[in-house]
Amino acid sequence: MRRALALVLLLAVLVFPLIFVRPFPRHIMIMIFLYGSLATAWNILAGYCGQISLGHAVYFGIGAYTSTLLVRDAALTPWLGMLFGAALAVVVSQAIGYPVFRLRGHYFAIATIGFGEIVQTIVLNWDWIGGARGLFVPIKRPDSLLNFQFHESKAVYYYIALGLLALALGATRWIERSRRGYYFRAIKEDQDAAASLGVQVAREKQAAMAVSAALTALGGTFWAQYVLFIDPESVFPLSLSILICLVAVMGGVGSLWGPLLGAAVLVPLSEGTRVLLGGTGKALDLVIYGALIMLIAVFQPAGLIGLVRQLARRPTLTAGARAQRESAA
Amino acid sequence: MGFVYALVAAGLSLIFGLMELVNFAHGEFLMLAMYVAFFAWSLGRLDPIVGAPVAAVALGGVGWLTYHGLIRRVLAAPMLAQIFATFGLAVFLRSSAQFAFGADFLTIKDPWLAGRVSLGGLFIGLPQIVASLAALGAFLGLHLFLSRSETGLALSATAQDRQAASLMGIDTQRMFALGWVIGGVCVGVAGALLAMFFYIYPDVGGPFALLAYVTVALGGFGNVPGTLAAGVVVGLVEALAGLLIPPAFKYSVVFGLYLVVVLWRPQGLFGRF
Amino acid sequence: MSVTEPHPASLLEVTGLTKSFGGVVANRDIAFAVRPGELVGVIGPNGAGKSTLFDLITGFTRPDAGQVRLDGHDVTGLRPDRICRLGLGRTFQKLRPFHDMTALENVMIGAFLHTADVAEARAVAIDALAKVGLADRAAAHARGLSTGQRKRLELARALATRPRLLLLDEVTGGVDPGAIPGLVALVRELHGRGLALIVIEHNMRVIMDIAQRVLALQLGEVIADGPPAEIMRDRRVIDAYLGEAWRA
Repeated sequence: MRRALALVLLLAVLVFPLIFVRPFPRHIMIMIFLYGSLATAWNILAGYCGQISLGHAVYFGIGAYTSTLLVRDAALTPWLGMLFGAALAVVVSQAIGYPVFRLRGHYFAIATIGFGEIVQTIVLNWDWIGGARGLFVPIKRPDSLLNFQFHESKAVYYYIALGLLALALGATRWIERSRRGYYFRAIKEDQDAAASLGVQVAREKQAAMAVSAALTALGGTFWAQYVLFIDPESVFPLSLSILICLVAVMGGVGSLWGPLLGAAVLVPLSEGTRVLLGGTGKALDLVIYGALIMLIAVFQPAGLIGLVRQLARRPTLTAGARAQRESAA
Repeated sequence: MGFVYALVAAGLSLIFGLMELVNFAHGEFLMLAMYVAFFAWSLGRLDPIVGAPVAAVALGGVGWLTYHGLIRRVLAAPMLAQIFATFGLAVFLRSSAQFAFGADFLTIKDPWLAGRVSLGGLFIGLPQIVASLAALGAFLGLHLFLSRSETGLALSATAQDRQAASLMGIDTQRMFALGWVIGGVCVGVAGALLAMFFYIYPDVGGPFALLAYVTVALGGFGNVPGTLAAGVVVGLVEALAGLLIPPAFKYSVVFGLYLVVVLWRPQGLFGRF
Repeated sequence: MSVTEPHPASLLEVTGLTKSFGGVVANRDIAFAVRPGELVGVIGPNGAGKSTLFDLITGFTRPDAGQVRLDGHDVTGLRPDRICRLGLGRTFQKLRPFHDMTALENVMIGAFLHTADVAEARAVAIDALAKVGLADRAAAHARGLSTGQRKRLELARALATRPRLLLLDEVTGGVDPGAIPGLVALVRELHGRGLALIVIEHNMRVIMDIAQRVLALQLGEVIADGPPAEIMRDRRVIDAYLGEAWRA
């Protein structure tokens, strides 16, 4: 029964652009996929491994800027630029992680905010890469997959975004079922006890960070190619880090589908308020977000997924237990 | 300015010492205080100096509300939930302010205190000086309260050992709420003082929050007197940084200081932890 | 206080181990050795520094002075995960299970030290749980287990890392008296298979039962080191800890 439902859903997602040909619905779905994959990436580090990074926009921005600069200065296809972006994001993430992972809890969170701010400030003041003016992605016509630009329709973007999401989900699933996934969860629970059992805590955290950063950077490149303009305010801000985190928390940290669920709820909500309220909508949706975060923190830290599970009156399975059950089946 | 930071940080430190919780919304509290002072001025013709007690009361109330409405329910929750709770509050407050008041920069014009004073060749704004002194005064007041009054001592006791305090008959719930109220009051006063010479806008809380975190870390989380010295240090560092390097990077230096402190001496200069 | 000479066949050698916390001396100049397959008991009143000793040996705290040698290699101050990989396991006095994970998953964390394969780790974990008698609770979440079960869980978890020397911190503490003989039998069986153990215990009967040698600590210092019968008669130990009733 569940299999059938999943198949129908998958089919619906795949044929969506064929049915809905107007740009707006496609745009919503693309945003859902994008935020879904960003939140899923964040979830790997924060939900599974328990390290709450509030500065993740850094990697998004690195991805966006790297590929765009390579397109501008080296005429390199964004696909390769994407890989370079991911690689750079990984390097930066390791550099940040080295000092920051020694911290715990609140201190760690504050430190990640700080690093995010520092990087944003650096980029804002670095004229060679555009500074506050930002960068325009050189427009290339006609539409081409190689150049990763499509002006006629959003359909291809849709599928690319979907692919990105699938990648993020796949990575999460793979980790969930591997030794690393178990280690992450142990670290999240009690990293000292984990260490007493031989877990190399720092190394595991860095690994989580690396995967998370790489996936986030891929999203950044996608964004750059989608909107064809980037600037520090749009790809590096704290509000983006917050948003990513909110989407994941809303949906349910530590679960595979939670972040996507969060995106599926929040993106339409955000677009809806923007459409309804015009200019001031920007602040109002954040008001709602803030209220939502608080409500979730107080009433249902497990997020929407937790809610769904309670409603379906299934026992809340931990990710590992589910993996265990599934592989035993 | 260091004294003002110290005042802001004092509340943060107290809250952390009491319940091991970092209030991510502290900067937004400050922002609210500044708005209160602004409206006291624009609607009630109250100069910020007079408006300070108003702001203090208002923010004390906010603190109390926050504790009872929000914090109390997440005290037993995992740290993730706690971080999100205050974080969500911060987002909520910041964007509510933007929604309600717009993103415009507001200033209080023609306060009672204006103009500059020359101190041995250095021109310092009079409002700044008064703000510093007032902050120092408020801080000392807080210190006296904590160390001399019965309630204050009870508060300190609760911060040091929650269980022992409750065994002695101290109502920890009330102490926690009180901690939040005091935190609010401190921030209220600081905000009103700052409103004399700072622009007021929804995001103003951010940089101050960062400065407050650094101050608390430097002074030792939970160590209220330590925050005074730490505040001075942070104020100095910030001023120096502003002079020597492009102002945009000022906060990066402050944050760098935070990192150094937190990694090398987690207890801060005088801390307990 | 007897001084143990560095013994070439020692599995674990501790010399001059000292640690203070802000003015309080938790361990002062501790020295002893454990041979392969030996079961050493550690007794002492509360605050004698027993758990601190474990923390120092397993790398949770750095000593101010002194050395810890495992198989002749200096392991002083190494990180806990390194020390675990070198064959030293431990349990905690204040139990630290991974609450949100099942008993099986808890033990798997230990098993993963020697394999990266999930199925294999699961098999090892089931085995370890069976050894401690928790096989039927494998799918239960750790937070739902009783104290006695949690003790066994921690034991199984540490065992899954295949230690050569296991440090047990108060394995019978807080356990329902009826369950104690079972735990003791378990420890004895593990010992019988060649596992060296250092056991911190308050329960004298247990110590007398299983320990080959006993270390008595008081106020951070070793005040006696020898066979149980001898220790029980040692005047200093009796004065410090046991009281008149044990003068036999």
